[in-house]
Amino acid sequence: MEEKLKLDRKLVDHCRNLAKEIADGIQGYIDENTTTTVERTVVRLMGIDGVEERGIEVPLPNIVVDDVHEHGQLGKGIAYWLGNAMLETGKSLQEIAEAVAVGRLSLVELPRHNLAEVRKVLEGVVVEMVNRIKKRREEREELMNKYPPGPQPWLYVIVATGNIYEDVVQARAAARQGADVIAVIRSTAQSLLDYVPYGPTTEGFGGTYATQANFRIMREGLDEVIREIGRYVQLVNYASGLAMPEITAMGAMERLDMMLNDAMYGILFRDINMKRTFIDQYFSRMINAFAGIIINTGEDNYLTTADAVEEAHTVLASQFINEELARRSGLKPDQMGLGHAFEINPDIEDGFLMEVAQAQLIRQIFPEAPLKYMPPTKYMSGDIFKGHLMDGMFNLVSIMTGQSIQLLGMLTEAIHTPFLSDRALSIENAKYIFNNARHLQEEIYFKNDGRIQKRADRVLNETCQMLEEIADKGLMKAIEEGMFADICRSIDGGKGADGVVKKGNDYFNPFMEIFREELGI
Amino acid sequence: MGENTMLVKPYGDTLNDGKVQLSFTLPLDASPEAREAARRLANKMGLEEVDVVEMKELGEGFSFFILYGKLRHSVDVSKIKVARVETRTMSYYEINEYIREKIGRKVTVVGACTGSDAHTVGLDAIMNMKGYAGEYGLERYPEINAYNLGSQVPNEELIKKAVEVNADAILVSQVVTQKEIHIKNLTELVELLEAEGLRERFLLIVGGPRITHELALELGFDAGFGPGTIPPDVASYIVQTLVKRKMI
Repeated sequence: MEEKLKLDRKLVDHCRNLAKEIADGIQGYIDENTTTTVERTVVRLMGIDGVEERGIEVPLPNIVVDDVHEHGQLGKGIAYWLGNAMLETGKSLQEIAEAVAVGRLSLVELPRHNLAEVRKVLEGVVVEMVNRIKKRREEREELMNKYPPGPQPWLYVIVATGNIYEDVVQARAAARQGADVIAVIRSTAQSLLDYVPYGPTTEGFGGTYATQANFRIMREGLDEVIREIGRYVQLVNYASGLAMPEITAMGAMERLDMMLNDAMYGILFRDINMKRTFIDQYFSRMINAFAGIIINTGEDNYLTTADAVEEAHTVLASQFINEELARRSGLKPDQMGLGHAFEINPDIEDGFLMEVAQAQLIRQIFPEAPLKYMPPTKYMSGDIFKGHLMDGMFNLVSIMTGQSIQLLGMLTEAIHTPFLSDRALSIENAKYIFNNARHLQEEIYFKNDGRIQKRADRVLNETCQMLEEIADKGLMKAIEEGMFADICRSIDGGKGADGVVKKGNDYFNPFMEIFREELGI
Repeated sequence: MGENTMLVKPYGDTLNDGKVQLSFTLPLDASPEAREAARRLANKMGLEEVDVVEMKELGEGFSFFILYGKLRHSVDVSKIKVARVETRTMSYYEINEYIREKIGRKVTVVGACTGSDAHTVGLDAIMNMKGYAGEYGLERYPEINAYNLGSQVPNEELIKKAVEVNADAILVSQVVTQKEIHIKNLTELVELLEAEGLRERFLLIVGGPRITHELALELGFDAGFGPGTIPPDVASYIVQTLVKRKMI
């Protein structure tokens, strides 16, 4: 790609080195600890599923992991205890989980076999799941060959009715109207559930629960339409919150194509403990890497609390860190949907120029990344007519700067979750602008020492300074001091801290071993 | 008709032409019958001379319509009275000075997005140090102790905090809402406060894009602030009402 902005490459390299240094600072925590949700993910990957009715439905993975965690024995890894129980009882893993659920079996009370035996007895189960995920990945590749996706920027829309069956209708309609990517927004507050709900769901607030059954229902609904329209439509959900890696595993099994999967979002915006989040994101992203899923990061959110003009560099700094952490989990650059947003106050003179500068800057720094560009939200109002125009300006920046994943703005953003017609209007808006200005990008250069060039230089310089400061004090301390999104979170505070468990020397997680090997980590 | 009657109807380009534009979706494939259905619906809404200017297929058995028509109805504006926040908005400096002079101690405000709402945009605009639209937020006011509890705060927790810090005012923000859940949330807060005999202890204020002062009063709040509210609007209301009600 031609360099439209003249960037100081040395500065960019320096930023990447600083990001490495920053990631090194937390890698120790990640390597030394596991979490309850990481272990529940292992349980799910072993094919255990279902719930036990205890007033509320408690998922079997929670029951199994809690049984060991309560005895302070989770540091060996849940895989050890499950394998051990298989050796001892001769039963299947599902039967073992069900026996634990009804209190007929406690995993830690069984006689203990050695790790080599455990490893051997689990081999079949582990390979079966690894192959299942591989198969889903190949299936995606085949379908994408047969039904090629539309050109980038991909039109990404959300559905959020709360009822999965209603969501399917809306998603299929959106696909027919031209959407390339469909995200099912989760019910608010799901991120704070320390488990994953079970089965198809028909009630939710502001969205629909992420459950494996819902994933499957939506996938099937979209696959039907894909064959009809001859264009692959990608499905997205949210691997964030207290059950982040479990949701990723479900997505890998049900062939989701993208996952929101940020390294810091939960810490900042959901007040989830930072150690927990760093550990969870590492394994979660490893599963995404292996499953061929594109991750989306959440830097756009910073600008909903912090000012988009003054704090633009925090977005770029976080992208460098997210990139480095993603790389460590084995994600390839073309799986890193780094996020940013069009959130500059529309009343500012030349605000559009600054948006162009930011979008182009990021495009050039992360040339292979499927950048995810988020629409205006903060300055959207009840004036839907102005809002529709702002969304148009946002679309124009995107096509001018070669963004990849375009989360379409809704004219009713400030009013309600989108109506069917809101979504149709936004798709039409994007299709019109993308088509009408398809090759504008190839026709323009930015003036040397012009406003756009200077703005980009400034953001890059400030990013570098910020990364130096973070590298100096450490990422956890930086978050504690509110360096991102103006939000302060303490190292030991937040939700889910009690789910962090120190690994023993004999910690065993067969999936992490295989993923590492396959991904060359 | 009384002397002061003032009938009004929508204005397109001529007084009393009653011109209205509207759009909606019908669960029908686009067809001449669907177009006629849209037109008849508009008739039933009180529109005459309806023009269906656009009909668009949306897929999966839906279509979208844009219509114009002339509204039959009018209303008498002279009979309308709407409750509004009556306090005069003072500046940041005036408010702090007012607190020093008339209240003589710091004013404590606790704010939260309650229930399942995870959107803090509105609350932050009013409370955050940096504020919004060039106006400092309440955290910046030297004479105000502001506690921003953030999002998804249960009503019980908000009340607990308000009691603990001996708050003068409770701010609740409700941004994203579906199936009227914000109404349930807000009603529950009032009920909880009343059940514990705490309702009169605090000024209870709600804000959000779908909130009006009228609605707030109806739900048992002291005041409601809608879109476009800036921090000094809220601060002025709080300090002046505290003085007026002798809650100092």
